Amino acid sequence: MITINQLSKKYIGAEEYSVSNIDLVIENQEIFGLLGPNGAGKTTLISMLSSLIKPTEGSFTINGLTYKQNKNKLKQIIGIVPQEYALYPSLTAYENLFYLGSMYGLKGNKLKELIKQHVEILGLTDFLNKKILHFSGGMKRRINLIGSILHEPKVLFLDEPTVGVDVQSKNAIISHLKELNKNGATIVYTSHHLNEAESFCTRVGIIDHGKLICNGEPSELIKLQEGARSLEEVFIAKTGKELRDYV
Amino acid sequence: MYKLWASAYKEFLLLIRDLGGMAILFVMPLILLITITLIQNNTFKTINDSKIPILFVDNDKGSVSQQINKGLTSTNAFEVINKVSEQEAKDLVFKGDYQLAIVIPENLSSDLEIKVNENVDGILAKFGVEEELEPSILKKDKKKEVKLYFDPATQQSFKSSVKNGIDRVISGIEIQTIYRAFEEQLSEEPSTEPIFDTNSFISFKEIVPESAKNTIPNASQHNIPAWSLFAIFFIILPLSINMVKEKSQGTFVRLRTNPVSYATVLGGKTIVYLGVCVVQFILMLLVGLYLFPVISLPEITITGKLPLLLIVSLFAGLAAVGLGLLLGTVFKTHEQSAPFGATLVVILAALGGVWVPVFAMPKFMQVLSNISPMNWGLNAFYDVFLRNVGFSEIIPEITLLFLFFIITTTIAILYNEKKIAV
Repeated sequence: MITINQLSKKYIGAEEYSVSNIDLVIENQEIFGLLGPNGAGKTTLISMLSSLIKPTEGSFTINGLTYKQNKNKLKQIIGIVPQEYALYPSLTAYENLFYLGSMYGLKGNKLKELIKQHVEILGLTDFLNKKILHFSGGMKRRINLIGSILHEPKVLFLDEPTVGVDVQSKNAIISHLKELNKNGATIVYTSHHLNEAESFCTRVGIIDHGKLICNGEPSELIKLQEGARSLEEVFIAKTGKELRDYV
Repeated sequence: MYKLWASAYKEFLLLIRDLGGMAILFVMPLILLITITLIQNNTFKTINDSKIPILFVDNDKGSVSQQINKGLTSTNAFEVINKVSEQEAKDLVFKGDYQLAIVIPENLSSDLEIKVNENVDGILAKFGVEEELEPSILKKDKKKEVKLYFDPATQQSFKSSVKNGIDRVISGIEIQTIYRAFEEQLSEEPSTEPIFDTNSFISFKEIVPESAKNTIPNASQHNIPAWSLFAIFFIILPLSINMVKEKSQGTFVRLRTNPVSYATVLGGKTIVYLGVCVVQFILMLLVGLYLFPVISLPEITITGKLPLLLIVSLFAGLAAVGLGLLLGTVFKTHEQSAPFGATLVVILAALGGVWVPVFAMPKFMQVLSNISPMNWGLNAFYDVFLRNVGFSEIIPEITLLFLFFIITTTIAILYNEKKIAV
């Protein structure tokens, strides 16, 4: 379970908070979709939860653990799928996965078996010994995901895991995530694909200007928003049509 | 420990997959070493082998100019080419066709003889040997000038050594002339027996340390330590670029979320790049031992010195890796790390005495050179290579190198911790 209390982040030199006073509880085995326009604060919130940046104010616990007290223990139970491919292009898929698994203390036959298992599910067995630099975007995304789930994390953070991939890769990723969730993993994911989020997530939260505007089951949010027939219409109603370009 | 070895293995794979990087790491330093040693060795051998052509304009046509010409030729450093016109010689030098032209003034021989005779007569008159002093036929304060035209691109060190050489030849001629004048004045009739021994009374003898008697330093023994060290420190370039690349690829972000300390990540890099440093050094030694003799370069002697040389290379490597880790941690882009790293190595090499010996630097720079880890490493290498010292004598230098590694790595770790608190 993730418990977030009054969590805020203001970057050094910034005038405004990127994330402001977020209160949220994500239950075990939920698939929570964090939705919002560009610059809304999604990545900042995920970065805080995955220990990449420190909060300015507030606190949070993941399965009752905090980074301050149980840094390595906490890192061991979470998995992070970053927005970038975060792989070594000159290494093969196997070498990348072997290294990433080793960083979680996995070794020997167990690690080899886990790699084989995940690669098979995501249809990459034939490419295991090929260098990442020759992979397509979709293949890289799938390897990127495997690198974060080899250690079977209890909580998985995914920052736009299906961006820029073909439909087939997207389906493979989503179905594998559903399988992980079925096996007990809590999933927190950000996306701009609202149709995907509507069908994939058990609950979504819409964030804008660093604030959590609303959260609930997709069907519930659609029902509550007058005239809305989809999550996308709820999203537009909550965040507006104004373009969100930022630097 | 397992994570450390996994990190080191990953670094090793990244290294061997980058063929361009491998070439820079291993081949370029060898090319650099061979090139520099060939150039420097040639400089040492210039006296015997390749002579520098210089122009000689003899307006005197007397015994003095002949002796100067002979003196220059006998040094074996110059090939003297005679020219009639001063203007032609000057033009050729200023065009860069020749490095130097020497113009001997008119009547130098006769005027020198007159001047010396007058001086000798004056001295003898004071002692009552000469009866009457004739008035000088030379204009007072009129000095003879031997003109030297240098190519403007000529280095100052060359100018100085040429000037000193010519000065020595002319001084010798003046002394000989004075001796001869005294002989002529003092002997009543021509004698075949010389009155004076005109050979130099004072000579030089170089004393080398007892331990170094069998190993007279040559270009190879000076260059291999210096340029090995330069190559070892060049490791900071690929290392810091590798770290910056991890940041741009996003792999560094992933590493920060893994249950692995930054010290372990840096430890993996240290193991591999330290290995590279030692391999680089061994390759340099092998080139010195086996290739140099084949290409007519002086070979090196490492008998009994190998363990100490490897220890020094290991500690120099640690210092270089520490610096690379720090730069890789601090810099965010390739554009920052590459030029800064390359320039820093060149500055450290210059400060450390790789190009110009520390004793030849201005006082302020001599003090500053003490802060260059390359200076510590170079001293340790020279201690082993040329001064034949034992392990205890290199402890101060390798301690400094090790401390440098500890300090730079600690700063890198602390900086990384601080950076998380954005």
